[in-house]
Amino acid sequence: MNWRNITTVYVKELKDSLRDRRTLISVIVVPTIVMPLMFLIVGKVTASSVAKAREDVPTVAVIGGTDSPEVLKRFREAKGLRVVDAKADWRDAIAAKTLRVAVDIPDRFAARLEAGEVPSVRIYHYQGELKSENGVRVVERFLAELREDTVARRLAAAGLPKGAARPFEFRRENVAPPEKVGGNLFGGLVPYLIILLCFTGAMYPAMDLTAGEKERGTMETLLCSPVPRVDLVLGKFLMVLTGSVSAMVFVLISTTASILIGGAALLSGGAGTRSAVAAAGAMRPPELPAGPLPIIDPLGIVGVMAMVVPVAVLFAALAFTVSLFAKSQKEAQSYLGPMIVLVILPTSLGVLPGMELTPGTALVPLLNLSLVCKEMLSGVWNWGYIGIIFGSSCLYAGVALWLAVRMFGREEVMFRT
Amino acid sequence: MIEARQLTKTFRDRKRGEIHGALDVSFRVEPGTIYGLLGANGAGKTTTLRMLATLLRPTRGTAVVAGHDVAAEPDRVRARVGFLAASTALYARLTAREMIGYFGRLNGMTDAAIRSRTGELSERLGMGEFLDRRCDQLSTGMKQKTSIARTIVHDPPVMIFDEPTLGLDVMTARTVVGFVRECRAAGKTVIYSTHVMSEVEKLCDVIGVIHGGRLLAEASLSELRARHGLTDLEDIFVRLVEGAGGESK
Repeated sequence: MNWRNITTVYVKELKDSLRDRRTLISVIVVPTIVMPLMFLIVGKVTASSVAKAREDVPTVAVIGGTDSPEVLKRFREAKGLRVVDAKADWRDAIAAKTLRVAVDIPDRFAARLEAGEVPSVRIYHYQGELKSENGVRVVERFLAELREDTVARRLAAAGLPKGAARPFEFRRENVAPPEKVGGNLFGGLVPYLIILLCFTGAMYPAMDLTAGEKERGTMETLLCSPVPRVDLVLGKFLMVLTGSVSAMVFVLISTTASILIGGAALLSGGAGTRSAVAAAGAMRPPELPAGPLPIIDPLGIVGVMAMVVPVAVLFAALAFTVSLFAKSQKEAQSYLGPMIVLVILPTSLGVLPGMELTPGTALVPLLNLSLVCKEMLSGVWNWGYIGIIFGSSCLYAGVALWLAVRMFGREEVMFRT
Repeated sequence: MIEARQLTKTFRDRKRGEIHGALDVSFRVEPGTIYGLLGANGAGKTTTLRMLATLLRPTRGTAVVAGHDVAAEPDRVRARVGFLAASTALYARLTAREMIGYFGRLNGMTDAAIRSRTGELSERLGMGEFLDRRCDQLSTGMKQKTSIARTIVHDPPVMIFDEPTLGLDVMTARTVVGFVRECRAAGKTVIYSTHVMSEVEKLCDVIGVIHGGRLLAEASLSELRARHGLTDLEDIFVRLVEGAGGESK
């Protein structure tokens, strides 16, 4: 191994790649501009649709209740809902989204309440439909108030204080520091993005420097040089790694810059913020605890970058080896394309709520990285797991690099026809 | 000097089984001579030359190039060989100067030596006007001159040409042929593969006819004419190939 040779090959590949529009797009433009823009747009659109759904005054059909005019009157006067007469096809109307909710008030509802019975009111809705679910929430709030009033009236009649039926109050308050809250909310998403971009960042340079060179006839020119094959592989591999790590660095810089520049506007509104955060967290509930706005621990980001480096080496070596086998860039693309799914699957599992780092999940490649990064971003530093995951990632990376060197020396791969 | 001793290369194909790219090919090329390897497409020329340039490992037999064994010291062999083929392309996004410099560095030359050699080659090949232009913006002739400069930047004692005029126009082909002659005049050991009879007639001191991976005959043009009683090289070639049984392997 000769560092002068490796540096010569690396510097040439770097210069060559910096002049290639497609490499620049995949390594710099997509992570810097497209990804944050995409998330911003998705977040804004989601936030605005959630806000619109909440502004919608749900249409509620009341079935029955003619023998309880007082209850009906209160229903019609309730704020935040519009009561209409129930038609025969109210079920179809809910399915067609022209009616949000239907409420079935049982016969002699008011009389049965007075008699001390426990009548049951049914609420019909469209499960999973945002506006219908919103309508259910409004109706439930109205019925809860009606029940509270009934209880208060009964207590007054019995000469008992209000506290007899509600002996104490409770409320929740967040004590976790903002970086832990932020880590918990975004912790799954950040490693997911970084890992995905690490792979896509390695893909194009890997294809260009291997199958692309074979296709253009420059590989044979290069192989005529007296430089040992291992030096050629390492010089080229370092360029692929540069592509992978650059994509990660650019996405971090652009995300941080987006938060710093546009964050104030994004994180200033209550409901808007919650919706945007919910959109970014994809599967997180929209309720955010009150208190300071969530942030991400900068030390956690440094930890994530350190953990991702061996995985970037692994991706670079794998993408390099697989592309090397192909005769053309098109063929290499058809091999590497499906590999994205193999990267996304375990990584995205780490985003799921409730997925924790355990001795079992610590053994699943990429999922373990996703989970340990999530923990680090929340300020949890489990050194045992960190050591195991970092060590195993380094081992996988070493094996992949060894494989790349071996493949480069095989003439049936290099001169495959 | 080049000395091939029973060079054999066997490829395995799933459908066709074992295929001999070259079979027991032996020849010797002295410094200051051009050895022409004449054969049809698929005859085994490229396989033989790739083994000499250490791009492929011989299945059997060996070759000594400029005093080094191709199997035992491939890196040393490549350092003493200039390999120019129709299939060896240029990096489109590098300039002609960068291309020459890159291969100079890969051959262990210092920056000062590369600068001096680039100037010398540029003057000799008339590359001054396009030296700093990207290779993808060069004409075919300019590209071929750049390829030649890339091949000889380290001044190798052995030159291997594998169908270097394939697909070139007359003027560019003449530049290449002129360069091959210059190599011989400079005392280099030259091996030149082609299927163009006129090039062999014009250039080669010794001709080796290869077919189906086997070297069928080896002699100077005048010896071949006397041996077969024919004057036209094409007629001699056809007779040899038909005598070996078949038009191609």
